[in-house]
Amino acid sequence: MRIKQTSLIVLALIVCSSLMFAGTISGKVTYTGTPAHQKPIDMSKEPSCAKQHATPVTTETVVTGPNNALENVVVYISSGAPDDGQVPAQAVTFEQKGCQYLPHVLAMHVNQELKIVNSDQTSHNIHPLAKVNREWNKSQPPGTPPISEKYDKPEFISVKCNVHPWMHGEFAVLNTNHFDVSKGGGDFKLANLPPGKYTITAWHEDYGTQTADVTITGNETKDVNFTFKAKAY
Amino acid sequence: MNTLKPRVLLGVAFSAAVLCVILAGFAVVAFAQDAPDVGPKPSVVLKPMESHIGGITGHSADAKMNYRRYCAGCHGDYGDGNGENAVWLDPKPRDFTIATFKCRSTLTGTLPTDEDLFNTIARGLTNSNMPVWSTFTKQERADLVAYIKIFSPRWEKEKSGDPIKVPPETPVTIDSISHGKALFTKLECWKCHGPHGEGDGPSAATLTDSKDNPIRPYNFAQGKNDSRFKCGNTNQDIYKIFMTGVDGTPMPSFADVIQPNDAWDLVHFLRTLQVHRHSKENEVLSAAHGVIPPYVDKNPAPAAAPADNKAPGGGH
Repeated sequence: MRIKQTSLIVLALIVCSSLMFAGTISGKVTYTGTPAHQKPIDMSKEPSCAKQHATPVTTETVVTGPNNALENVVVYISSGAPDDGQVPAQAVTFEQKGCQYLPHVLAMHVNQELKIVNSDQTSHNIHPLAKVNREWNKSQPPGTPPISEKYDKPEFISVKCNVHPWMHGEFAVLNTNHFDVSKGGGDFKLANLPPGKYTITAWHEDYGTQTADVTITGNETKDVNFTFKAKAY
Repeated sequence: MNTLKPRVLLGVAFSAAVLCVILAGFAVVAFAQDAPDVGPKPSVVLKPMESHIGGITGHSADAKMNYRRYCAGCHGDYGDGNGENAVWLDPKPRDFTIATFKCRSTLTGTLPTDEDLFNTIARGLTNSNMPVWSTFTKQERADLVAYIKIFSPRWEKEKSGDPIKVPPETPVTIDSISHGKALFTKLECWKCHGPHGEGDGPSAATLTDSKDNPIRPYNFAQGKNDSRFKCGNTNQDIYKIFMTGVDGTPMPSFADVIQPNDAWDLVHFLRTLQVHRHSKENEVLSAAHGVIPPYVDKNPAPAAAPADNKAPGGGH
């Protein structure tokens, strides 16, 4: 009996340790040099949006934070991930608010449900300029239900509204569930990784792409940083 | 025995040599300008395609010479819209490699039916350099539809969208026109098309197509009795234009936001924007002394557009 109990405990420990994927890759995305000046947006042609902003908003091609942090960088595992093709059940939401897209960069898994919401008092048309996926263009008046869509191929897609030409966003449709988008401090974190050799990619809509190779052996946290060179214009 | 003087011989030989050099020069130039064979780029290998329109089956293999003779000049040897004429054309010729088409009876983002492409070739595209191809027989046209499909792998992997159902048209009355005008305002068509549909709305000047070329919204008041739309001429065609959207352009689909009967009201109003065209709608409007009464909603919805969101100006 004791041998059986011991071996059961040992078996449980082995199983448990292999289930506890707590390897993490985290770090900061920063920039060097001087980023181009972001231009203020004139929304006077759309008064219902203009009045929502006490001071005019600027373009969001390059969004920076303190200590040279670079925001809106999509960091994801581009190879080596044990992705089981699991499509998350919950939808991601893209909101049109104050004639801007929130968030500016939205990352999602292939075939994950994308919900598009119009919170403004004006009509928008939602026009993602897909080149690999299908390009569609739909009108979304105020007060109409959310639009539900999905993309079946990985791609970085520019999104625009033709009625309000200053509106610009990006969809990152990815083949993996291990992704993050850098925010205020430029931080990103990819968690719950089993041991393995990974390549991670950092993508910025203007500054391009960088990769790094990272190996996880157990439950450690590996620190990986990306530095992009700012463009003058 | 008279032999030619040496100097004359030398002269003849020299002239012949010069002539040879000139001819060789032409040959080199002609060879360099020899167009590549038409079809998908060599790196893209697609199987021969077919089309089915009514009882006719088109075969891509049979259209190759017609494409080369009539189409490649604009649409390009590789079907990418970069034919040698393209630099002088606005709008640019269609790029068949991405399989996005303006005139469809299918939902936005989906492939057109074979019949949609067949009709476009026959009808041409108003306000563009795509001619009315009345020179082709139906079989030739069907073969060309099949040929277009070899330029994009989407035709192998995806089925054409289902054509939308166009319900029977509702009667043309002043009430229908009045409701159509209310919809034109509520759905903010005027932001691009302008309050009188003249293509001068507040957003018109900044519009670009999906390849970032500037593009103008349709001007309903243009032309005389012959004024037409890009994707057809009938009320059914107008219905399909805004219910499927004009893909590749700023014109979106309104299929999710207009009910079918309301859509006919909008069609009837749009016809009255074609001020120089004789139509049933313009007759009904004349009979009402040219005045469109304000629309009275018998079942008012709770939410109303705010005051600062109205179209400027009034009716006709």
